[in-house]
Amino acid sequence: MELALYSLPFLWQGTLITLAVAALVAVFSLVLGVLLGTLACFGLSPFRWTIRIYCDLIRGIPAVVLIFMVYYGLPVLLSFPINNFLAAVVALTVFTTGQVTEIARGAIQSIHFGQAEAGKAIGLGFWSRMIYVIFPQAVRRFLPPWVNNLTDVVKGSALVSLVGIVDLMLAIQQVIGRVYEPMPLYIVGSILYFLINYGLSSASQRLEGHFAYIRE
Amino acid sequence: MTYHINYNFVWQYFDKFYWGLLLSIELAVISILIGSIIGFGLALIYVDGPRWIRRLIAAYVEFFRNQPLLLLVYLVFYGVPSVGGFKYSPTVSFIITLSVYSSAYLVEIFRSGLDAVPRGLLDAGKAIGLSPWQRLLHVRLPTMLRVTLPALGNQFVSLFKDTSIAFVIAVPELTYAAKWITTNKFRIFEAYSVAAPMYLVACYAMFAIFALLERRFAARR
Repeated sequence: MELALYSLPFLWQGTLITLAVAALVAVFSLVLGVLLGTLACFGLSPFRWTIRIYCDLIRGIPAVVLIFMVYYGLPVLLSFPINNFLAAVVALTVFTTGQVTEIARGAIQSIHFGQAEAGKAIGLGFWSRMIYVIFPQAVRRFLPPWVNNLTDVVKGSALVSLVGIVDLMLAIQQVIGRVYEPMPLYIVGSILYFLINYGLSSASQRLEGHFAYIRE
Repeated sequence: MTYHINYNFVWQYFDKFYWGLLLSIELAVISILIGSIIGFGLALIYVDGPRWIRRLIAAYVEFFRNQPLLLLVYLVFYGVPSVGGFKYSPTVSFIITLSVYSSAYLVEIFRSGLDAVPRGLLDAGKAIGLSPWQRLLHVRLPTMLRVTLPALGNQFVSLFKDTSIAFVIAVPELTYAAKWITTNKFRIFEAYSVAAPMYLVACYAMFAIFALLERRFAARR
C-alpha cells in the first residue's frame, strides 16, 4: 500500500506520456487515414495502387519492427540522430494510418454510389460532395471500428517504452527496478491500462448510439 | 561520415533469422491452439451458462483485450514467478502469455460463431437421436468453424505479428535475431531490412493458406 502511494505520482507521469503518444498517433493517423482512404476510393489509379501497396505492406509487418526500423535504421541511413519520441510517434502513425485508411475506405465504399451521383446532379463540387453527402453517412460505419482501433493504439503505445520513452510501461519497469516488487506494480499497471481502454470503449458505445440514427 | 550498406554479417548469421522465423511461427501456432481450446471452452460455457458465468467470462474477455501484450509478457515472466516461487523458460512463459491473450479474442470469435449455428440444425440433430456430445462434435463444431474461419485467419496472422514482442524476454525469434545483429554487429539497417520482408512474406503466406481453407470449407452463402 505504501509502495503504491509512493509510486503513484511517477506512474501518473507515465500515464500522461502514454496518453500523449496515443493522442498524437490517433490524431495524425485519423487525418492521414481519412485522406488516404478518400484517395483510395476516388483518386487516380497511381495513387490508388500506391495506397493499396502501402496498406498491404504495413499489414504484414509488426509494429515493433517498424519502431526499430525508424528509431535505429533511419538515423544510420540519413546520418543524423532522431529524437526517440519523434521516431516512436512517426513509426506508430505509419503503422496506424494503414489501418485507419482501410477503415475509411470501407466506410466510404459502403455508401451507395448513387449518393455521389445525386450530389453531382445538383452541381456540388468534389469536396462539397464529400463533406455534405458522403462523409456524414460514412461516419457511422467508420466510428465503431475506428474506436476499436483507438484501443489498439493505446495498447501499441506501450511499445514506445522499448526505445526509452518513459511511458506508463517504462515507468512501471523503473519503479520495479527500485523496489524489486514486480507483481503489485504490474497489477496496478494493468488496471490503469484497463481503465483507459475500457473508458474508451464505453465512450465509443455511447457515441455509436448517438450516430446510429438510421436503423438497418 | 557515411554509412556503407553491407549485408555480409546478415548473411553470415542468416541461420539466426531463419530459426527465428520458424520459432515465431511455432509460437503463433502453439499459442493459437491452446488459446482455441480455452476460448472454445469458455465460449461454450458462455452460450449455455447462467448469467453470473456470462458476466465472469465477459469480464475475462474485457480485461485481457484491454491489456498491452507487452505488459502481460512482463507480468507472466517477471511478476508471476516472483510471487509463485517457481521459474519457467522464456519460451514457455511467452506461450502461456500469448495463449491467454489470444483466448480472450477467440472467446468472442467462437461465441459469435456458436450463435450463428441455426437452431434448426441442433433440433435436427436431436431429432435423429444424437447425444448432446455428438451434437457438439458433429453439428455445432463444424458449422461454427466454417463461419469463424475468416476471423480465425486474421487472428492467427495478428498473433504471429505479436510474437515479435517475445524478444524482450530473450525468446530467440525473428526480432531477437535482428536485435542480436544490431547489438553485436552494428548492421542496423541491414538487420531490419531483412527481418521486415521475412515477416511480410510469412504473413502473406498465412493469408494465402487461410484463403485456400476458406475456399474449401467456408459457409456457402
